[in-house]
Amino acid sequence: MEAIDVVKTNYVKELLAKKAREDMRQFMDFRKIGIVTGLMHNAEGSAQVDLGNTRVLCGVKLIVEEPMKDTPNQGNMMVAAELLPLASADYETGPPSPEAIELARVVDRGIRAANSIDLKSLFIEEGKVWSVFIDLYVLNYDGNLFDACTLAAMAALMTTKVPKVEDGEANREDRTQPLKLDSIVTSTTFGKVGGSILLDLDRNEENASDGRITIAIDDANIRAMQKGLRGGFTKDEVEMLLDIAFQKRAELKRALDQAAR
Amino acid sequence: MGSSENKPELVINGKRTDGRDFDEMRPFSIKANVLKNADGSCYVEWGNNRILAAVYGPKEVMPRHMMEPDRAIIKCRYAMAPFSSLSDHGRTGPNRRAIEISKVIKEVFENVVVLREYPASEIDIFIEVLQGDGGTRAAGITAAAVALANAGIQMRDLPYAISVGRIGEHIAIDFNMIEDNYSDSDMPMAIAPRNGEILLLQMDGGLDRAQVSKALQMAIDAGKVISKAQSDALREVYGNAAGV
Repeated sequence: MEAIDVVKTNYVKELLAKKAREDMRQFMDFRKIGIVTGLMHNAEGSAQVDLGNTRVLCGVKLIVEEPMKDTPNQGNMMVAAELLPLASADYETGPPSPEAIELARVVDRGIRAANSIDLKSLFIEEGKVWSVFIDLYVLNYDGNLFDACTLAAMAALMTTKVPKVEDGEANREDRTQPLKLDSIVTSTTFGKVGGSILLDLDRNEENASDGRITIAIDDANIRAMQKGLRGGFTKDEVEMLLDIAFQKRAELKRALDQAAR
Repeated sequence: MGSSENKPELVINGKRTDGRDFDEMRPFSIKANVLKNADGSCYVEWGNNRILAAVYGPKEVMPRHMMEPDRAIIKCRYAMAPFSSLSDHGRTGPNRRAIEISKVIKEVFENVVVLREYPASEIDIFIEVLQGDGGTRAAGITAAAVALANAGIQMRDLPYAISVGRIGEHIAIDFNMIEDNYSDSDMPMAIAPRNGEILLLQMDGGLDRAQVSKALQMAIDAGKVISKAQSDALREVYGNAAGV
């Protein structure tokens, strides 16, 4: 950690001791959420999410492929995340880091476990299905990539159009059919800084934090969880955060619904 | 959560496919100090899982730019042998799943190892799944904890791990491979028994709020038996004099 980060880390902790955050938020507040959809016209779906100063672009591509052997009647989905070197001085070029892999897999897990995409609707004909590639591009890093990426993926999927299939090939001139979604997943990520638990940590707060937990839910169920970093959470803390995840869902869902309209 | 197609029956006459109750773990055994070269090692048989964990270090940090002057760094590799699965031949080396698991396991041990006791050094944890039958990361963590203790690494606690989840309306513990593939939810956890902190928590599938509470409690309750087997394995190596 560079010297300036040590200073900022100490500042975050001093503020928290006074029950305050740098941007005046309450402990369980999200930053301002901005979502724009349909920015990329070559992609079948796209969305850009601003969560405070964190910016993530998601592009969805649909490609005609062979189905997986064990699921011959349904399509596939894949999530990849790129921590682009232009997004932060902390990121470097090269193969995906464990952090990027974890990020992609946690976002994937929420969407997959909630059966968000109706994969059966992606069957084209014997031996041919749609594969949905969800690519998350981190453009500016200022903390909480997990929630920003889940928002971006969901917003992009909600506005994705499936190309018409003619003679077994995609006709991308004709993209009017919306991708069939069965549920909307929202994600809330908390971090522990000293003894305090916060929602939606920015970069300085993440640098000061030692535990992280992401909870992805749909309307009724918990769909995915991931605890990260070295800090632990007690059972009571996990239970409290589950309740907050459900309380925060309306706010996230409203942002998604507005963006997809 | 595997595909719903061709889903086998997971509950027969109120019992699981291998005859267990929902709160019953598979038989397991833990043996410490099984490898000559490693500073610490452990072999765990957990149901049909066969897992070897080894620890090297504290040692010089390689590459040197990763060195932290005031504490040790931990490296962790969890990998499945190409012959470890019943159905396919895996490729050698860690895939994306293994990279993620290695990362979260590393973070478990960053919590309990007294890193500041070993400044400017590196501690390597290797977990090799020789045969996998569901719950390999949990068994791997349980083994790695013993291997670290066997290497004489100072720790605040000896964590254990177990997987819990849901089969239909039943919350159940310690899924085997078939249950792992076709259950409705899977939640691997690692816990530090002394303060009850959850050090690893992953989950997918679907659980309602009450089911999560029940599953969390089940994993905590399992600790007694697993922790005892871990310290018994260490006692077997050192005798009671070491006070483990």
